[in-house]
Amino acid sequence: MSTYAAAKVVAAREIKVKLRDKTFLFSTAFFLLFSIAVTVLPAVFSGGPTSVAVADQTTATALQQADLEVRVVADDAAAEKLLRDGDVDAAVVSGPEVLGMSDTPTDVVRALSTAPPTRLLDPDAVDPFLAYIVPFALAFVFFFTSFLFGLQIAQSVTEEKQTRIVEILVASVPTRALLAGKVAALSLLAFVQVGLIAIVTLVGSRLAGLDSGVLRLLEPTIGWFVAFFVVGFVMLAALWAGVGAMASRPEELSSSSQPVQMAVMLPFFAVIFFGENDLVMRILSYVPISAPVAMPVRIFNGDAAVWEPIVALVVMAVTAAGLLAIGTRVYEGSLLRTNGRTSWATAWRSKAMS
Amino acid sequence: MTTVLNVDSVSRSFGDRAVLKNVSFAVGGGKLTGFVGANGAGKTTTMRIILGVLAADSGEVTLGGKPLTREIRQRFGYMPEERGLYPKMTVHDQIVYLGRLHGLSSSAAEERTGKLLERLGLGERAGEKLEKLSLGNQQRAQVAAALVHDPEVLVLDEPFSGLDPIAVETMVEVLRDRAASGAPVLFSSHQLELVERLCDDLVIIADGGIRAAGDRATLRAQHAEPRYQMLVDTDAGWLRDQPGVELIDLDGARAVFTLDAGFDDQKVLLAALERGPVRSFGPVVPTLTEIFREVVR
Repeated sequence: MSTYAAAKVVAAREIKVKLRDKTFLFSTAFFLLFSIAVTVLPAVFSGGPTSVAVADQTTATALQQADLEVRVVADDAAAEKLLRDGDVDAAVVSGPEVLGMSDTPTDVVRALSTAPPTRLLDPDAVDPFLAYIVPFALAFVFFFTSFLFGLQIAQSVTEEKQTRIVEILVASVPTRALLAGKVAALSLLAFVQVGLIAIVTLVGSRLAGLDSGVLRLLEPTIGWFVAFFVVGFVMLAALWAGVGAMASRPEELSSSSQPVQMAVMLPFFAVIFFGENDLVMRILSYVPISAPVAMPVRIFNGDAAVWEPIVALVVMAVTAAGLLAIGTRVYEGSLLRTNGRTSWATAWRSKAMS
Repeated sequence: MTTVLNVDSVSRSFGDRAVLKNVSFAVGGGKLTGFVGANGAGKTTTMRIILGVLAADSGEVTLGGKPLTREIRQRFGYMPEERGLYPKMTVHDQIVYLGRLHGLSSSAAEERTGKLLERLGLGERAGEKLEKLSLGNQQRAQVAAALVHDPEVLVLDEPFSGLDPIAVETMVEVLRDRAASGAPVLFSSHQLELVERLCDDLVIIADGGIRAAGDRATLRAQHAEPRYQMLVDTDAGWLRDQPGVELIDLDGARAVFTLDAGFDDQKVLLAALERGPVRSFGPVVPTLTEIFREVVR
C-alpha cells in the first residue's frame, strides 16, 4: 500500500472519530451560533423602523416619505393613547408637536425638520462599532479554531503514544502516512468549520440588511480570511503533531506544546492591542504567525493594497513548508520514545526510522 | 511452500551502549521458534528491527533471501511487548482499521475481522469499546490485531505474558495454526516451560549476542553434558569416590551425576547393584532452563 493510500485510511479514521466527538460537535455549534448572533442579532434588536401615530394627513405623508411606519388616527387624543399604550414609538399632534415616552424620537424630528446640506469627507470609513468588532471576531475565530484543532492533532498523537498502539501503527505503515493522515483530517475539519462560519456570517449579514458599503468590505475580508486560515493552520499543523509526539502522557502535553500555543496566542493579543497602530499592523500582517489575522483586518479597514495579501500568503506558504519539515522530523524523532518527555534536541537528533 | 526469515549480522547501539552485537539467526517457515534471553538481552530490540520500527546500525533482515521492504513487512503480524489499542474505539472498528492499514480492502477487512473475533471468542463483544472489556478479552483483541491480515510472518514479543490459562491455549492454537500454514513464527518468552513445550527451534540471546540457535534436540545434545540420575534404597554417598563419576547433586538415596568422557555408564550401574537394589537409573534429559543456564553462563 502506498503512503498516500495509508494516509487516506488514517485520515478516514480520524474524521470518523471526531464526528462522534462531543467537543468537536459542541465547538462547531457554538461558533455557528456565535456568528449568527454577531451578524443577525443587532438588526433584530434595533427593531425595525420607528412607528409613529398621527392624525394630520400632510404630516403623515411627510413621515411616510422618511420610511417611518405611520399609523393615521382620527384625532390627537387617539394618537397619544396609542403612544401611551406602547403600540407606537412616537406620535405627532397638532402644533406640530412630537410626542415621545422617555426619549426624543430623533428620526421623527429629523423627518419633520429641514436639515442643512451635508458633505462627507470620508464616506467609505467603517462604522466605529464594526471597526472594533470585525478584527476582534476574526482574531477570535482564528485563535479558537486554530488552537482547538491544533491541540486535537497533538492530543490524538499523544493518545496513540500513551496507549502504545503507535508501535503497531508504525510497524504497519510509514510514519509519514500517520502524520499526513492526521494533519489532513483535522485540517479538513477545521476548514469545514471555518468555511461554515464564513458562509453563515455572509448570509447572515445579508439577511440582517447591513448596508452595502459594509458588505463590500466584509465579503473580500472573509474570503481572504479563509485563505489565510488554510495556509496558517497547515503551517502549524505538523508542529502540533511534533509536540504531541514529544509528550508520552497527556499531562506532559501542556508543557511540550507551549511554544506552539504561544505561536497561536501571541498574534491574537497583538492584533487586539495594536489594532489601531498602522505600523505595527503592517508588520504583523507580514509576520507568518500573525498574518492570518492581521492581513484580513487591514483588508477590512481598506489599508491593504491589492498585492499585499498575495505577498503575505507567499511568505506564509514558504514558512509552512519549512515548519512542516521541522514538525515531521520532530514527530518521527520522538514518536517511539516512550520514556517521559522528549526534548526538542533529542527529537531533532534522533535517527529517523526506516 | 515455506520461506525463511533470516537475521544477518545485525548490530545496534543506543548511544554508547551496544545492545545488539552481530546478531544472526534464522526462523524457518512452518516452525515455531522460541526467542529466549534475560531482561535487557536484546530480544525486543531485535524484534523491532525485524519489523522496521527501529533501524539497524549494520546488518540486514531478509525473507526468502530478499531484503525486507515496507511492502514485505506489511504482511508481517506483530505483537509488541507493550500492548495497546485505542481504548475508546470499538473492538470491531479498530481491528478493521488495522486490517486496512495492512493493505486489506474494506470488505476483506470486515470479513476477516468478523471471523477472527468469532474464533477468539470475542464475537459478542465486537461492538463494545475496548476499555469496557475485561483484561483477558483486551488481550484477545490484541491477538486479533496481530492476525487480522493473515500474516505471512508472525513476530510476537512476550505473547503469553498476562494471559489467563484459557487464553494461553487459544494463543498456542493460533501460533500452531499460523506455523502449519508455512509461516515463520518467532516469539519471545520468559516462560521457559512453555517455550519448551511449544517450540521446534530455539534462539538464545544474552548480552546482545546469540549464544545458541537451532532445533531443540540438537541444542540439547550440544549444550548440556549428559547427566544421569539414580535412585537406590540406601545412601548413595559412595558415588563420590567412584572413578569417572562427578557428583552434581546428592539427596540421600537419589543422586545426579555426570560421567567422564567415554566412561561406560553400565559400570556405575553394576557398582550400584553390588551395594543393593537400584530403583531407577538412566540419563536425564536436560530441561530448557538447564540448557539456558548452561549457554548463558
